[in-house]
Amino acid sequence: MEAYLDNSATTRVLDCVKDVMVKTMTEDFGNPSSRHSKGLEAERYLKEAREAIAATMKVNEKEIFFTSGGTESNNWALIGAALANQRAGRHIITTSIEHAAVIQPLMFLEELGFRVTYLPVDRQGHISLEDLKAALCDDTILVSVMYVNNEIGAVEPIEEIGRLVKGCRSDILFHVDAIQAYGKYRIYPKRLGIDLLSVSGHKLHGPKGTGFLYVREKTKLKPLILGGGQQKGMRSGTDNVPGIAGLGMAAREAYRDYEEKVAHLYALKAHMMEGIRRLPDTQINNGEGEESAPHIVSVSFRGVRSEVLLHALEERGIYVSSGSACSSNKKLPVSTVLKEIHLEKELLETTLRFSFCEQTTMEEIDYCLEALEELLPVLRRYKRH
Amino acid sequence: MFKTFLIKYGEIGIKGKNRHLFEAALVNQIRQALDSVEGEFQVYREQGRIYIDVEGFYDFEETVEALQRVFGIVGICPVMKVEDRGLEELGNDVIEYLSNTYDMKNQTFKIDTRRARKSYPVESMEVNRCLGGRVLDAFPGVSVDVHNPELMIHVEIREKIYIYSKIIPGPGGMPVGTNGKAMLLLSGGIDSPVAGYMIAKRGVALDATYFHAPPYTSERAKQKVVDLAKLVARYSGPINLHVVNFTDIQLYIYDKCPHDELTIIMRRYMMKIAEHFAGETRSLALVTGESIGQVASQTMQSLAATNEVCEIPVFRPLIGFDKQDIVDIAEKIGTYETSILPFEDCCTIFVAKHPVTKPNLNAIKRSEKKLEERIDELVRTAIETTEVIRVE
Repeated sequence: MEAYLDNSATTRVLDCVKDVMVKTMTEDFGNPSSRHSKGLEAERYLKEAREAIAATMKVNEKEIFFTSGGTESNNWALIGAALANQRAGRHIITTSIEHAAVIQPLMFLEELGFRVTYLPVDRQGHISLEDLKAALCDDTILVSVMYVNNEIGAVEPIEEIGRLVKGCRSDILFHVDAIQAYGKYRIYPKRLGIDLLSVSGHKLHGPKGTGFLYVREKTKLKPLILGGGQQKGMRSGTDNVPGIAGLGMAAREAYRDYEEKVAHLYALKAHMMEGIRRLPDTQINNGEGEESAPHIVSVSFRGVRSEVLLHALEERGIYVSSGSACSSNKKLPVSTVLKEIHLEKELLETTLRFSFCEQTTMEEIDYCLEALEELLPVLRRYKRH
Repeated sequence: MFKTFLIKYGEIGIKGKNRHLFEAALVNQIRQALDSVEGEFQVYREQGRIYIDVEGFYDFEETVEALQRVFGIVGICPVMKVEDRGLEELGNDVIEYLSNTYDMKNQTFKIDTRRARKSYPVESMEVNRCLGGRVLDAFPGVSVDVHNPELMIHVEIREKIYIYSKIIPGPGGMPVGTNGKAMLLLSGGIDSPVAGYMIAKRGVALDATYFHAPPYTSERAKQKVVDLAKLVARYSGPINLHVVNFTDIQLYIYDKCPHDELTIIMRRYMMKIAEHFAGETRSLALVTGESIGQVASQTMQSLAATNEVCEIPVFRPLIGFDKQDIVDIAEKIGTYETSILPFEDCCTIFVAKHPVTKPNLNAIKRSEKKLEERIDELVRTAIETTEVIRVE
């Protein structure tokens, strides 16, 4: 038996996504910028994808821009917004548990002279609105907060943040990294006060190398990729028609039977957590039920190195992620997220992330729990002194 | 552009009756090395020399780099090869060669003629004088210095005439395969690939043994060792990499023996298993990357304890090297970057906080007695389940 429980790393492409991609590569393979009918045919796929995505968020299709994925969306949103608004100020606020695709562009902006405030989080991984309020300055131009944390599934209070930011000054831009949230939550940027929102295709059964950035109309944003002027000059480069068609299909599918799917994810999560709690010396790092994301369970296994457990599970066809990249003799930086939530030091290198998708079954969870029950005592018996 | 290279080799020239075998091996190695280089190469032997002719386009730098990985080559000389059309024309050729190769201003030079074809009508000294005069006339400012010239211009008169002056150093050593084969204990570290390189340099072909311990070591760690074997194979030729699953043996030792002796006992079994594969692959020795005192298992006492299990010789070419010396070679041969990728290797996963540094052989043997019940079976299983990967 196999159990792929690493859906926050990437997901399997849906058959309908694959089919539309094959079609746009082999039959309707035109370049949308071409004047002939092949080009027009290809353009139709872009339009459809844009409409499908816009519909999931109740926004205007003109506000959707396709990118090469979550990393590009985040880079563009942050650097593009900072450069376009630097006359209004050079201060940016974010959290201390963002993904590297947010942290690194912000560090780049710091080199250019921008100031960045990194808000701390509590043990559940939540920022405090008080902290945010205190951090907002006259020259703050941008606030960037992730919707769902990729390691521990913490959900930030996006609606409250949006209200606070826009209540402070309506021209402060609000960027949300929704890479782990899109498809799992109904996200309506207009209601939430979001100006920029990043999404990645391969986290929702779409193809790798695809994603989009939602850019609220009239948002001041500089393009980063210049060239032939595609996508209204905001993101040049021949449109990745197969990727975009696949992404559009995946987005549409993600919100089909949405309630049922999310209920299934919460059921999987509850079942997993219940099983983990029966195992001795474990600690769950994510919140209960709807307090945290439906598809992420983060567990520390006291006395067991996560990498060893990961490989031991792998031998049984169970695929998971270690919460931190680590190795005993070379001290690599362990996960900053786990440090930021003040996880006990001994648990930092013992943490695994299990992440589900709608296709994950209860049987897979049971299979994984059984494997853990067998493996943990053995792995705990043999250890470094 | 040069269309010919003259390959100089050192030690193999003195190998008496075996000389032609060594030369044949060297030609063979050169051909293999040039296989992956863009260009049409002809490698041939003529009167105790090895030449490479090139047809059409080729990449000079890449060619030289490939040749610099062939053990046995002492020097690589880019040569201008000309027909014998008399001494007058030869003078023109030498002048053409010099103006193409150097910016001739005020260098000192010497002509060194070798008349291998004795039927050539003019004696060497006379050729030297005549060509020297022509060069002096052609390049005002240059002068002759017979003792310490800046440019030593070689003219070799054979069927054809060869003009060269640059000698690009080769790696030295002996052609791989001319001195048998050895079994390298390859880990993911910095040392063992360098040890393999150094033994290969002495003309020894290599096979390798790697011990992995899933789930304690990962597939990526194994891939890293395969990558390292590939890098060593650029010098040593194809390597049969034996990947031994060592987990059960390791856990069994952990269960039965004192933990501070774990590493030594483990290494003794590694040597035994490697020696077994050495026998299977007709390898005449084991090769390790050990160096005295580097870690607890490499003190002289520890080395003696691991050495004791082997009947065939164990070569440790890095024994007297400092870590930095080893790193320097690793960087030179291009294994360093791969070696430092951070993956756990099986020697460190259960390492004790204070492993014994002066193991007492009798104590070790007493501890090993406790393994009697299952160890032979576990070793046999490890050998039977070993995966052999051919790395080229």
